[in-house]
Amino acid sequence: MEKTKTINFMAKSSRHRRVEQGVIAVLIACSTLAIFTTIGIIASLIFEAIQFFKFIPITDFLFGLNWSPQTAIREDQIGSGGSFGVLPLITGTFLISAVAMALATPLGLFSAIYLAEYAGPKVRAYIKPLLEILAGIPTVVYGFFAALVIAPFIRMTGSEIGLEVASESALAAGIAMGVMITPLISSLSDDVINSVPQALRDASLGLGATHAETVAKVVLPAALPGIAGSLLLATSRAIGETMIVVMAAGLAAQLTLNPLQAVTTITVQIVTLLTGDQEFDSAKTLSAFALGLMLFLVTLCLNAIAHQIVRHYREQYD
Amino acid sequence: MTDDFTIIPTPHTRRRHKSELRFQWYGKAAIIAALGFLVLMIGSIGYKGVGVIYQTKIELDIQLNADAFDPAQLRKADFSGLVKTALRARFPDVKNRRQKRRLYGLVSSDAGFELRKMVEGNPNLIGSTIKIQLTASDDIDTFIKGKIDKNLPESDRRVKDVEINWIEKLQADNSVVQVFNTAFFTSGDSREPELAGILSALVGSFFTLLVCFLLSFPIGVLAAIYLEEFAPKNRWSDLIEININNLAAVPSIVFGLLGLTIFLNTFGLPRSSPLVGGMVLALMTIPTIIIASRASLRAVPPSIREAALSIGATRVQTTFHHVAPLALPGMLTGSIVGMAQALGETAPLIMIGMVAFIVDVPASILEPATALPVQIFLWADSPERAFVERTSAAIIVLLGFLVVMNLGAILLRKKFEQRF
Repeated sequence: MEKTKTINFMAKSSRHRRVEQGVIAVLIACSTLAIFTTIGIIASLIFEAIQFFKFIPITDFLFGLNWSPQTAIREDQIGSGGSFGVLPLITGTFLISAVAMALATPLGLFSAIYLAEYAGPKVRAYIKPLLEILAGIPTVVYGFFAALVIAPFIRMTGSEIGLEVASESALAAGIAMGVMITPLISSLSDDVINSVPQALRDASLGLGATHAETVAKVVLPAALPGIAGSLLLATSRAIGETMIVVMAAGLAAQLTLNPLQAVTTITVQIVTLLTGDQEFDSAKTLSAFALGLMLFLVTLCLNAIAHQIVRHYREQYD
Repeated sequence: MTDDFTIIPTPHTRRRHKSELRFQWYGKAAIIAALGFLVLMIGSIGYKGVGVIYQTKIELDIQLNADAFDPAQLRKADFSGLVKTALRARFPDVKNRRQKRRLYGLVSSDAGFELRKMVEGNPNLIGSTIKIQLTASDDIDTFIKGKIDKNLPESDRRVKDVEINWIEKLQADNSVVQVFNTAFFTSGDSREPELAGILSALVGSFFTLLVCFLLSFPIGVLAAIYLEEFAPKNRWSDLIEININNLAAVPSIVFGLLGLTIFLNTFGLPRSSPLVGGMVLALMTIPTIIIASRASLRAVPPSIREAALSIGATRVQTTFHHVAPLALPGMLTGSIVGMAQALGETAPLIMIGMVAFIVDVPASILEPATALPVQIFLWADSPERAFVERTSAAIIVLLGFLVVMNLGAILLRKKFEQRF
């Protein structure tokens, strides 16, 4: 009697074990999906980009000063015409991101300092989620607002003080984008400032420094690596942002650093190249994937550096 | 209390205290600026979009002469001709052709169809004269809503003096009415702003999110369970973790490119369909769900696991019978937040062709569809002034859904939040 019971138990247990192994296999499969997604992204981008570089030499792409994929420049060119120099797109992307960061850095940092150092728990409990609403609003809404309100406003102000402003200026798109990434900077910096040990503040205050002096000369330097990380993450977000620039920035590629002119960005061009008819054997369509690859690599590097900085910094105080 | 101990601030100290105040003000100003922008943005869009609740209709008497209809084929009758005749009868002094064309333009190009629906619904009307409210054209609607300045020079405005004259006459005998705009909520896209609605985009968004949720929730939760409860600490699980963190920060348009090459070109799934849109959005949402689910699993105290294990449960049983159910509200909250993000995504959907002009409401996840944010993008691109109102209204609807979803997430968290 005793013996049979044991055998039954063993049989049940081995069936159990098989089921459990099956369950764990499913779990592993689900968690590896992230890896497959990354591989899929890299493989598809690289594959199509290689096709593109069969039409256009990679040096022409990276160092060309002219971006006009639509117009045929040489008639004898096979497959398609146009020139694919990416530099105007890079400067355009850089220009709009720079405007955005120039707005978002002070806004985000000062909000973070106020929330972390001055605001009481009640104010904090209300203001922080309110700021985060800004990050939750879809970017088409920012794009619409930038095109409909900000751009005409800048144009009008510009013409009143005698400046010539393009109707789709880099400034308008940059402002909308800057507000969008402000909560990203403020909430990450807020966390970082909060994790600076209280002992540092107490020491500074005890020596007679004012609160502002303590923040500026003790807390911020201590939190600097983390803040730098948050700024890098925000930059990467700005570079990859699509809808705001599609709706509020221009289409024509111009090599300029004047924020009052219309510029175009990498993401705008990807969208323009891939909406409408696509032929996967023309340089025009394929160039979108070369741009995508570039965008992916740049944002990946920025994110990796940012995460590294933040992690390194966290270890110091833990 | 003697005055001996009073500290008299030196000019230097005063300056330092002033700069302290200034510093605080910078913080307040930054917050006020950011929130001010938020209020300005929502406020101006709300102000522009709220007018969509009403649609201007023009009331006309239309003679339905029996000889204009073939009872067997009601559809074939010239309904827009009848509308035109009625307009001519209303303003008999309009003679030249250009003016006549303007006159017909008072009502929407769909007016004949509206009349047809009415007659088909009640064929007994034939032979009598009926009063019908026809949708006004977009320019007239915009004018009635006061968004076209009458004092502009005539060449600068879409509504000319002669049209204003007609409208004033119509208004004088109460033939211009404003009714609740059902068309906006019950019809699909249209080239004519006065006929364009958000229903097809809403249904498209719903199907897309449905696919997205059905894929991303189970996969994300199971992956989180593995990583948090089972994964050994080795390079393999480190790699997975790094990948998840990176994917969360990859620009959304890159996911669109992935969907275009893999789902459309390699697997040959139907272009523009909510199925592909949902799959792409699921790939984007999974990292968010994994991160939120892991945090919520981590919040379950080890004592629960130890108790289950000590009475003989296996690790799988412990996890699925005891730990996961406790973490479920947190996981759901994270997923709702992820879904809200997915609802607002535009760029990846454009990449996989969901920018099509969709009039009909999609009936399945395989039919071409568009999504609400993409519809907003399309309308924002249209030159007609009346589309500004539609775009703003669609944004309000989108934001409304986002608010509801996020509030739902907060309530869910409040309701099931457990402190261990």
